[in-house]
Amino acid sequence: MAVATGERNAVRSAPRAAFFYRPEVRQAIYQVVTVVALAILFYILVTNTADNLRRQNIASGFEFVDRTAGFDVSQSLIAFDNSMTYGRAFFVGLLNTLLVAGLGIVLATILGFVIGIARLSRNWLVARLATVYVETIRNLPLLLQLFFWYFAVLKSLPVPRQSHVLPGGGFLNVRGLYLPSPVPEPGFDVVALAIAIGVAVSIAIHFFARRRQMQTGQRLPVLWISLALIVLVPLGVFLYLGQPLGFDYPELKGFNFQGGMVLQPEFIALLLGLSIYTASFIAEIVRAGIQGVSKGQKEAALAIGLSSGQVLRLVVIPQAMRIIIPPLTSQFLNLTKNSSLGVAIAYPDLVSVWAGTVLNQTGQAVEVILVTMGVYLTLSLLTSGFMNWFNKHMALVER
Amino acid sequence: MVAETAIAPPVERPPRSAVGPVAWMRDNLFSTWGNTLLTLIGLFIAYQAVAGIVSWGILSATFTGADGSACTREGAGACWPFITAKFAQFMYGRYPGPERWRVDLVYGLALAGLVPLMIPRVPGKFWNAVYVFAVFPVAAYFLLVGGAFGMSHVGTELWGGLLVTLVVATVGITGSFPLGILLALGRRSKMPVVRWVSVGFIELVRGVPLITVLFMASVMLPLFLPPGMTFDKLLRALIGVALFSAAYMAEVVRGGLQAIPRGQFEAAEALGLSYPKRMAFIVLPQALKVVIPGIIGTFIGLFKDTSLVLIIGLFDLLGIVQLNNADQKWFSPTTAMTGYVFAGFIFWAFCFFMSRYSQMIERRLAQGERK
Repeated sequence: MAVATGERNAVRSAPRAAFFYRPEVRQAIYQVVTVVALAILFYILVTNTADNLRRQNIASGFEFVDRTAGFDVSQSLIAFDNSMTYGRAFFVGLLNTLLVAGLGIVLATILGFVIGIARLSRNWLVARLATVYVETIRNLPLLLQLFFWYFAVLKSLPVPRQSHVLPGGGFLNVRGLYLPSPVPEPGFDVVALAIAIGVAVSIAIHFFARRRQMQTGQRLPVLWISLALIVLVPLGVFLYLGQPLGFDYPELKGFNFQGGMVLQPEFIALLLGLSIYTASFIAEIVRAGIQGVSKGQKEAALAIGLSSGQVLRLVVIPQAMRIIIPPLTSQFLNLTKNSSLGVAIAYPDLVSVWAGTVLNQTGQAVEVILVTMGVYLTLSLLTSGFMNWFNKHMALVER
Repeated sequence: MVAETAIAPPVERPPRSAVGPVAWMRDNLFSTWGNTLLTLIGLFIAYQAVAGIVSWGILSATFTGADGSACTREGAGACWPFITAKFAQFMYGRYPGPERWRVDLVYGLALAGLVPLMIPRVPGKFWNAVYVFAVFPVAAYFLLVGGAFGMSHVGTELWGGLLVTLVVATVGITGSFPLGILLALGRRSKMPVVRWVSVGFIELVRGVPLITVLFMASVMLPLFLPPGMTFDKLLRALIGVALFSAAYMAEVVRGGLQAIPRGQFEAAEALGLSYPKRMAFIVLPQALKVVIPGIIGTFIGLFKDTSLVLIIGLFDLLGIVQLNNADQKWFSPTTAMTGYVFAGFIFWAFCFFMSRYSQMIERRLAQGERK
C-alpha cells in the first residue's frame, strides 16, 4: 500500500531533483564561482602591481601629465615644443591619430568604391585588374605594406637638391612632399561666406525638392543646382573680387625647402598604406552589397523607363547601401585601430607619442596603457554609435 | 499560309560576328566608346605593371654577388643575392645551424598531419585530429625547445624568421579557437554574470588595436606577476595574440550558434543530455561547420597580424627582413625593396592558399545545402 501511495505521489508532483542538481541552484553556484575567481584574480593582479611599482619607486596616479615633456614631436596640429607638458603631448598624438584616420577613411572609401564597382564591370580587363588588386593587397600584412611605402619607396627618394618637381609648384623628395600653401588675402572671407551660403541653400533645396517629389512626383536636378551654388557662385565672387588668394610656394634654400607646407614621409606612408589596404576590404564589401540587390529590382526599374544612370542612383545604390553600411563601419574602425601601426615607421600618433615616448620617460605603464586603450575604445564606441544612427536612418522604412 | 509558318527554318550557324574571340572581345572589351576607353586605360595599367615587375625582378635584376656593391648601379632591379645569402636566417633566425633539422622535422610532422586533415576525402579524421591537436604540439614543443631526449636546449631568443611567424600563428590559432568557443557560449549563456564577463572581454578586446594588447602583454604582464617570476618574451606575445584573436573568434562562432534552429537545442535537452554534451555533440558540430569560412578568415587575419610582434622586439619573418635590410654589407638602393618583396611573397602565398581553401569549403557546404 505504502508503495502504491508513493507512486501516486510521484506522478502528482514532479520528482524533485537533489538540491545540487537543480538548474537554478547550479547556475547560482557557477556565477558565484565566476565572481569569486575574478575577484581573486583581480586582487592578485592589483597587489602584485602595487608591490612591483613600490619596488621600482614609481608613484601611481596622473600627476605626471603636468610635468614638462622635454621632447619634440615631428608633426603636430597644435603648437608643441619640448617645454610643454606630457598632457599636451597626449593631445598632439591623439590629433595626429585622428588626422590620419579621418583622411584615411575618406581615401579608402573612395578607392574602395571605385575598385568594388570595377570588379563588377562588364569590361573583362577592368574587372580582372580590380580582382588582382584585391587579391594581392588584402593578403599582405599591413605592416609590410607600411614598411614598403616608407623604407623602400619614400626613403629612397632623392635628396632635396634633386627633388622630383611636381606640376603646380610642388616638390617630392626624401624629406617629404612640399606643396604650396594657400594664403588668404583681404576679401577672401567674402568667398568663404558665399560657399557657406551655397551649402545652406543647397540643404534647403534638398528638403524642398523631396517635399515636391512627394506631392507632384517630379524631381528637381538637386545635384546640379547644389554644384552650381557651392562651386560656380563662389567662383564668380572669387573672380569678381580679383582672386583674393595667394600661394606661398616652397623654395630651395641651402639644403632644404623653405615656405609652403610639407607632408612628412611618415604621414604619407601611413596614409597610403592604410587607404590602399582598407580599400581592398571595402571593395569586397561594395561588390557583395551591389550583388546583394536582387536582379528583379534592376529589371523593374528599367521596365518603368528609368535610364541606366537613374537605375543605379535611385534603385540599386540605396538598397546596396543597406547591405554595405554595417561591414563598412567595422572597416572604418579597423582603419582607426590600424593607424596605431604608425609607431613602426615613427609617425607621431597616439601610440608612438603617448604609449611610446611618454611611457618610456615616465615609466607609468599602467596609467598610460589604460588611457591608450580607453581612447581607442571611446573612438570605437563613438564611430559605431554614429554609424548605427546612420544605419537606422538608411534602413528600410516600411510603409 | 498556316503550313508555311509551321515549317521550321533550316538551322543556321550564328553569324561569324557573334562567336569566337573577335565577338568575345567586342562584347567584353569594346562594346561602347566608354568601354573601349576603359579597356585602353586598363591595358596601359596592366602593361606598366607587368613590364615594371619583369624589368625589376628579372631583366635588370642582379643574380650573383657577394655584397651590396653588386646591386649598386644606375637603374638596378632586385638584389637577389641578398636573399640567397640571408635565406637561412629568414627561415630560422639565429637557431643554431646543426640543430635546424629539428625545425625541418617539425614542419614535416605538421604537413603530415595537416594535409590529410584538409583533404575532405581522406578517412580517419578523428585520429588525424587527435594527432594534430594533441600529439603534434607536444612533439613540436620538445623538438623546438629541446632540453630532453638528448637534444640541446635552444632558447626562444634564438628563434626567428618564418619559424617565429609560424609558431605565433599556430599557437595563436590553436589557443584562440577553444577560448573563442568558450567566450561565444558564455555570451549566449542564461547566467547574467557569465554573459556580462564574456561580453565585456569581447567588446574590450575588439575595441582596441592589437599593438596595445601586445604592449600590455610586454609592459604590464611583468608588473602583474609576483617579483622574480618572469615570462619568456615569445610566450608573452603568444598570450597577447591568442587572447586578441579569441575575441574575434568568439564573434564568428556566435554567428554560427545563432544560425542553429532552436529545435536542435530543445531536442538535445529533451533527450536529457547535460549542457556539455548538448554543446559538444549537437550544437557545436553544426554551428562550427556553418562558420568554417569565417574561422579561416580569422586565421588569415591572425597570420597577417603575427608581423606585429616585431614592434615588441621579436624577430618574425618581417622583423628579420627589416633587421637585415639595415645590414651595411648589403647596403644598396634596392636591398630593402627586395627584402619586402620576398617576405611579402611568403605571407601572400600562405594567406592566398588559406582563402582559396576557405572558398572550396564554402562551395562544398553550399552543395550539401542544395541536396
